[in-house]
Amino acid sequence: MLRLERRPEASHLMSYASPLIAIGLMLVGGLLLFTLLGKNPLEGFKVFFINPISDWYGVSELLLKATPLMLIAVGLAVGFRANVWNIGAEGQLIVGGITASAVALYFQESEGVHVLILMVLAGGLGGMLWAAIPAFLKTRFNTNEILVSLMLVYVAQLLVSWLVHGPMMDPDGFNFPQSRMFEDSALLPLLSEGNRLNLAFIFALAALLVGYVFMYRSFTGFQMQVAGFAKNAARYAGFSAKRMVWIGLLSGGAMAGLAGMAEVAGPMGQITEHVSSNYGFAAIIVAFVARLNPVGIFFASLLMALLYLGGEQAQQYMNLPSSISNVFQGMLLLFLLGSDVFINYRLRWKEAVA
Amino acid sequence: MTSATDGAPAFRLELEGITKIYPSVIANEDVSLKVEQGEIHAVLGENGAGKSTLMKMIYGVAKPDAGQMKWEGELVHVENPAHARSLGIGMVFQHFSLFETLNVVENVALALPGNPELAQLAAQITEVSNRYGLPVDPERLVHALSVGERQRVEIIRCLLQNPRLLIMDEPTSVLTPQAVRKLFDTLRQLAAEGCSILYISHKLDEIQELCHVATVLRDGKVTGDCIPSQETPQSMASLMIGKELPVPEHDAPSELREVRLKLNRLSKPSEDPFGTELRNIEFELRSGEILGIAGVSGNGQQELLYALSGEELVSDPDSVVICGHPSGCDMPDRRRRNGMGFVPEERLGRGAVPRMSLTENALLTAHPADMLNHGMIRFDRISAFARNCIDDFNVKCGGEEHAANSLSGGNLQKFIMGREILLAPKLLVVAQPTWGVDVGAAAFIRQRLIDLRDEGTAILVISEELEELFEVSDRIAVIADGRLSPAKQLADTDIDEIGVWMSGMWDQPATAELDAHA
Repeated sequence: MLRLERRPEASHLMSYASPLIAIGLMLVGGLLLFTLLGKNPLEGFKVFFINPISDWYGVSELLLKATPLMLIAVGLAVGFRANVWNIGAEGQLIVGGITASAVALYFQESEGVHVLILMVLAGGLGGMLWAAIPAFLKTRFNTNEILVSLMLVYVAQLLVSWLVHGPMMDPDGFNFPQSRMFEDSALLPLLSEGNRLNLAFIFALAALLVGYVFMYRSFTGFQMQVAGFAKNAARYAGFSAKRMVWIGLLSGGAMAGLAGMAEVAGPMGQITEHVSSNYGFAAIIVAFVARLNPVGIFFASLLMALLYLGGEQAQQYMNLPSSISNVFQGMLLLFLLGSDVFINYRLRWKEAVA
Repeated sequence: MTSATDGAPAFRLELEGITKIYPSVIANEDVSLKVEQGEIHAVLGENGAGKSTLMKMIYGVAKPDAGQMKWEGELVHVENPAHARSLGIGMVFQHFSLFETLNVVENVALALPGNPELAQLAAQITEVSNRYGLPVDPERLVHALSVGERQRVEIIRCLLQNPRLLIMDEPTSVLTPQAVRKLFDTLRQLAAEGCSILYISHKLDEIQELCHVATVLRDGKVTGDCIPSQETPQSMASLMIGKELPVPEHDAPSELREVRLKLNRLSKPSEDPFGTELRNIEFELRSGEILGIAGVSGNGQQELLYALSGEELVSDPDSVVICGHPSGCDMPDRRRRNGMGFVPEERLGRGAVPRMSLTENALLTAHPADMLNHGMIRFDRISAFARNCIDDFNVKCGGEEHAANSLSGGNLQKFIMGREILLAPKLLVVAQPTWGVDVGAAAFIRQRLIDLRDEGTAILVISEELEELFEVSDRIAVIADGRLSPAKQLADTDIDEIGVWMSGMWDQPATAELDAHA
């Protein structure tokens, strides 16, 4: 008889093995899915996971896609560790993209590095502004930050849609809902010729490093972890719960806003209705697969970026719908939650007692 | 001897060679135990001696790795607690197993087979609670009950099932002396009716008064059986801890110095509709003395402790004055910086973070002691502090990197007490300093409190154990229904008077016979 038995102490090994098991199961699930769809599973595997990164350009695209995921996930992880559930990074990314675009369009005529610096600041502040709304409502009226931040995503989507159909629309753009292309001074410098990877990747690596130090070395990071593990212990020690809500939401907002800036000033070079490719939501999965750990976030972001690229390839070469990426993302999260059970429990084979 | 061939078997319960091995520790090794019908059988042992594990195996919560159990002469494998209950085994746990969001009747109904009628059950509960002096309102939600009241619910829940073996794990720690006597009457009555009782306690005087036989465990093994009435508390304690029991030395305090804690007509409506409102609480606590506050749990202790620690604030800053600072509106960390230390009643989840290491748990309150450098944690200093605390207070653990929830309750309590004491507070507020802690460790903790007092710290101890308060306090006061009695010098009072006061009657002449009140 197979039984689920509580472990005496949570398994450290399992808490790190669980994401790997989830990835393995996702691959198996993917192969099954390809088979059921009548495709050659090995061919599918190759198209999905190998082809996108078979050359240097592919790798650069992978890093480009992973950049916003790393930024957002590390910002969210700061809050998640304190049980501050910011689900609205998608909206904060959009607003960051809007504010950065506003700076870029305002300084159209001017040259110089100050344009980019102002765009970075505007992007970060825009995201923080959007995240400040649930933080204020939570600390003032005790509203639920999950619902408020999530609903604000849809407000942000409508806002950007209105802007690119109105005030921000390119006057010479034949009424397409998009802004002017930005000047070179408003674009992030590329890291090398021949691909699209830009300075934002360096920002992301820096954010991971800062995030790591904050979470594991700083007292504020410790306080937030205490609040996440045991609310009453944080209260007993006198750590301010409101301060944690603010830090948690604003860090996620700032990073998401920066990611939005990096999109409009990077691969897009303008603002459209489609600032984000669901990075704000995918980053939540990244943060959890990574155990809210910055080192893990680096690798989980690469994996999630690969799912994006693989999905595009599968559309092109295997006639599969674009939602295939979402299916893989969903499988990953599902298997992760499933295998996380074994952090606190283990399977034991017990002889049935006569 | 255990022939079940004719009539009733000689033993109600027989354990032979029970062994239980956990991944990190041998909890029980070759334990044998025989309980006769109608016998009150004590199981004595320090924390971590394996008493609770043994009881859990009898009750079907855990399964032995070796050995066998006979119930009324028949070999049984208890599958789970429901199976145990169907055999006629009831258990009152030390750690409660109640659903906080349900009320008392619903909690009791969940433990009963079938689908009992709630109104009828409520009447039964009231009846049992009156008969055994365990007052509890059947309609109240469990989350609003104090620790003591929750334990009453647990006891009532067991008694409703008319068990033939009742396991009681530290049942008296939250009762008044009068109520303990009533409970003992109840237990004796149950035993006389033929129910066997396994009684786990570290209170040796209680065991002497109540129990027919005692089995002593140390490090998971039986170190001896004895007849408590023929032993002294000292001889039983040395059987239990393997050495002589230290008795705290308690001189009269040296001359009193400045006031470290002053409450000025502290009143506070309860945030919880079922909580206790604090009413005009006043006292002064000076450097170098220990003030004990006695009381039956649920009479405002929790509320008073929250108001003292700063976990709940009061509107008038002057109603709580800590080391000269009006502190009623200060957060807990501010009060700590002004010199206060605090040990709460709940260890896991409030006094310590279960999943964090002892080092990190030290940081929880020790951070002002130069543990930070520009907001960064100085891990070398904090782990040295934790190691020091572990050594100084004999905390049994795998090391300072082990999680708080891997420690036994008593050892975690020693760690938390140690953490607060090593911070050398000017004022220390302690709730239940030795709740669930074995006698050896309890004597040690009390001695440390007295030593700290001698160094000039003002100490407030809120406890439901009167013996403890009489052992450590210089003055003693009683809290009842949110009001505080005047404090009396220890020499001017005795357990009986304080027991009467615990019913809230300190303004009347102490002539009334109050045994009727629980």
